[in-house]
Amino acid sequence: MHTILSNECIAEGIYAMKVKGHFQVNMGQFFMLRAWENHPILSRPISVCNVEHDHIEFLYKVVGEGTRLFAKLREGDSIQLEGPFGNGFVNQSGRVALIGGGIGIAPLLYTAKQFRNKPDIFLGFRDQSYLTEAYKPYANELHICVNGNVLEHIEWSRYDYVYTCGPYAMMKAVANLTKGLDVKVYVSFEKRMACGIGACYGCSTSTKQGNKKVCTDGPVFLAEEVDWHEEFSL
Amino acid sequence: MKSLACEVAGIRFRNPIVMASGTFGFGKEYAKMYDINKLGGISCKGLTLHPRKGNGGARLMETSGGMLNSIGLENPGIDAFLREEMRFWETIEPVKIANLGGSNIEEYVLGAMKITQDAEERRKQNRRAVDMIELNISCPNVKEGGVAFGIKTEVAREVVREVRQMTSLPLAVKLSPNAENIVHMAVMCEEEGAEAISLVNTFTGMKIDIYQRTSVFKNMYAGLSGPAIKPIALRMVHEVAKQVEVPVMGMGGIASASDVIEFIMAGASIVQIGTYNFMNLRAGEELLAGINSYMELENIQSLDEIRGII
Ligand SMILES: Cc1cc2nc3c(=O)[nH]c(=O)nc-3n(C[C@H](O)[C@H](O)[C@H](O)COP(=O)(O)OP(=O)(O)OC[C@H]3O[C@@H](n4cnc5c(N)ncnc54)[C@H](O)[C@@H]3O)c2cc1C
Ligand SMILES: Cc1cc2nc3c(=O)[nH]c(=O)nc-3n(C[C@H](O)[C@H](O)[C@H](O)COP(=O)(O)O)c2cc1C
Ligand code: FES
Repeated sequence: MHTILSNECIAEGIYAMKVKGHFQVNMGQFFMLRAWENHPILSRPISVCNVEHDHIEFLYKVVGEGTRLFAKLREGDSIQLEGPFGNGFVNQSGRVALIGGGIGIAPLLYTAKQFRNKPDIFLGFRDQSYLTEAYKPYANELHICVNGNVLEHIEWSRYDYVYTCGPYAMMKAVANLTKGLDVKVYVSFEKRMACGIGACYGCSTSTKQGNKKVCTDGPVFLAEEVDWHEEFSL
Repeated sequence: MKSLACEVAGIRFRNPIVMASGTFGFGKEYAKMYDINKLGGISCKGLTLHPRKGNGGARLMETSGGMLNSIGLENPGIDAFLREEMRFWETIEPVKIANLGGSNIEEYVLGAMKITQDAEERRKQNRRAVDMIELNISCPNVKEGGVAFGIKTEVAREVVREVRQMTSLPLAVKLSPNAENIVHMAVMCEEEGAEAISLVNTFTGMKIDIYQRTSVFKNMYAGLSGPAIKPIALRMVHEVAKQVEVPVMGMGGIASASDVIEFIMAGASIVQIGTYNFMNLRAGEELLAGINSYMELENIQSLDEIRGII
C-alpha cells in the first residue's frame, strides 16, 4: 500500500496524482492501480507520468467507475500500486520527436526527461490543454495544438525517432505518414488488461510477428510491427 | 502438527490451493511476485495440439462482481509447452497440472499422448514432469469443441473414455456449469475412470453494446467468472461431491480464505483460484495465511475435519 500525497483536478475530468515512495521506472512503463477491495474486479493500468526521488506521478482521465474512484482519493489515502510493468520506450540517441494526443501525453513527460538532447514535443488536445507547462523545460521545441490536427505541423524528415502515445487513430496516422521515411516510430498501445503481467492473454494484439501481449511485450511497439489492418478493439 | 496437505489421485498436494487454468499462465510471471513454491499446484493455460491465436475483438469486460472473458484458448501449443514452458516447470515444486483443450476427439487424444510420453520420459530421467491432466471439456470460447463436449453427458463420455485409454497420468475432467446435468456428467467421468473432477469452468454470458447495437464479443458469448458466480459454483460442487467418490477440485469466484473454507466444507478436496489472481497478484500467499489463521482460530489440525461436513 502506498500513500497519496495529492490528487488534484487539473482540467475538466483530468487528474494528477502524486504517490509517496521511491520508484525505479523505465520511461513508458505502467503500474496496475487499485484503490478498492473486490469491486471493480480488475486493477487499472496507468502510465508513469513522472518520477521524483520521493514520489511518483500519474495523470489520468475519468472515463468510468475505476477512474471515478481514483478521483475521490484524498491526501493521506492509500492506493495499491503493482509494477512497474511493460517494456517501456527504448532510449535512442538522434533527433527525437515526442507526439502525444489527449491523455496519451501522460507517459511522455518522464520520457522527455530521459534524453541527453532535448526532443521536440508535440501535444494535441481535442478541447482543452493541460500539464503543458511541465513539458517546457525538457523540450527543444514545444508545440501545442488544441482542436486541430497536431500532426499537420510536423516535418517528419527532421527526425530519426518518433515516440507517440494517444488515440489509436492518431498513432495509426503517424505510422502512415512516416511510411517509407527513414524514421523509426515507437507507439504505446492500450488494451484492456486483467493480470498486467503476461499470464492471461487478455491483452493480446495482432502484430506482423504474431500475437503479442501489450502488458509485457508492449505497451511500446515499433509502428512497422503493428498489424494496422486488423480492426482495433480495446 | 497442523497440516494442510491433501491427496488427490495418489498425488500429494502440500496444501489445497491450486491456481486455475488461464489465470496463472505457466506460473513464471507470478513467480516474480511471490514464492509460488508455497502453492499446492498449478493448472496451466489450456493447451491444444496446435498453437491457437485465440479470438479477435474485445477479450475482457467487467460485470458487477465478475468478469467476462473471450480469450479463445490462445496458447503456444503442446509442443512449444513441452519444449519451453516445461523448462521452468521442472524447477518448481507445486503439483503440475496440464489443462488440455481440443476441438475434436482426435486432438484431445493426440494431445494427451504427447503430454503423457513427455512425462514418462522425464520421470525415467528423474526429472520433474506433468503430474496430472485436466481435461477441459468446458471452454465456452471456442467455436467447435470446447463446451460442445461439456453439455451432453453421452457426448462427453466418448472424449473422456478415449483420453483415459491414452494416458497413464492421473486424469481430472473439468466440467462446465452449462452442462445439462452436472451431477450426471460427474458420475459419468467417474465411471469412465477419471481420478478427479474439477468444477466449475466459466458460465456462458453476454454483454451488449447498446450504441453499436452488437454483442461486445466477436464470438457473441463469453465466459463469466469471479465472485458473481461463487454461490452457484459452491452449490454445484456440493451436489457433485455428494454423488461421486473421486475427489473434487472446486472453484468459481473464490476471493478470500473464507471462500476456500466454504468450498472445502461443501466437499472439495482441492480448490482452484482463478479470477482472484487478477484482483490480487499475491493471492496464493494471502489465502494460505488466511486459511492458517482460520485453522488456528477454530483449533483445526487438518482440513479433513471440516471437509464435506455440510
Ligand atoms: C498500458 C496502459 C497505460 C495507460 N495509461 C493511462 C494513463 O496514464 N492515464 C489514463 O487516464 N489512462 C491510461 N490508460 C487507460 C486506463 O487504463 C483506462 O482509462 C481505465 O482502465 C478505465 O477504467 P475505468 O474503470 O475508469 O473505466 P471503465 O468503466 O473500465 O471503462 C470506461 C471506458 O474506458 C476505456 N477503457 C477501459 N479499460 C481500458 C484500458 N485498459 N485501456 C484503455 N482504455 C480502457 C474503455 O473505452 C471504456 O469504454 C492506460 C491503459 C493502458 C493499457
Ligand atoms: C481469463 C481466463 C482464462 C481462462 N482460461 C481457461 C483455460 O484455458 N482452460 C480452462 O479450463 N479454464 C479456463 N478458465 C476458467 C478458470 O480456470 C475457472 O474455471 C473459472 O474462471 C472460474 O473460477 P474463478 O471464478 O475463480 O475465476 C479461464 C478463466 C479466465 C478468467
Ligand atoms: S493483461 Fe494478462 S496477459 Fe496482458
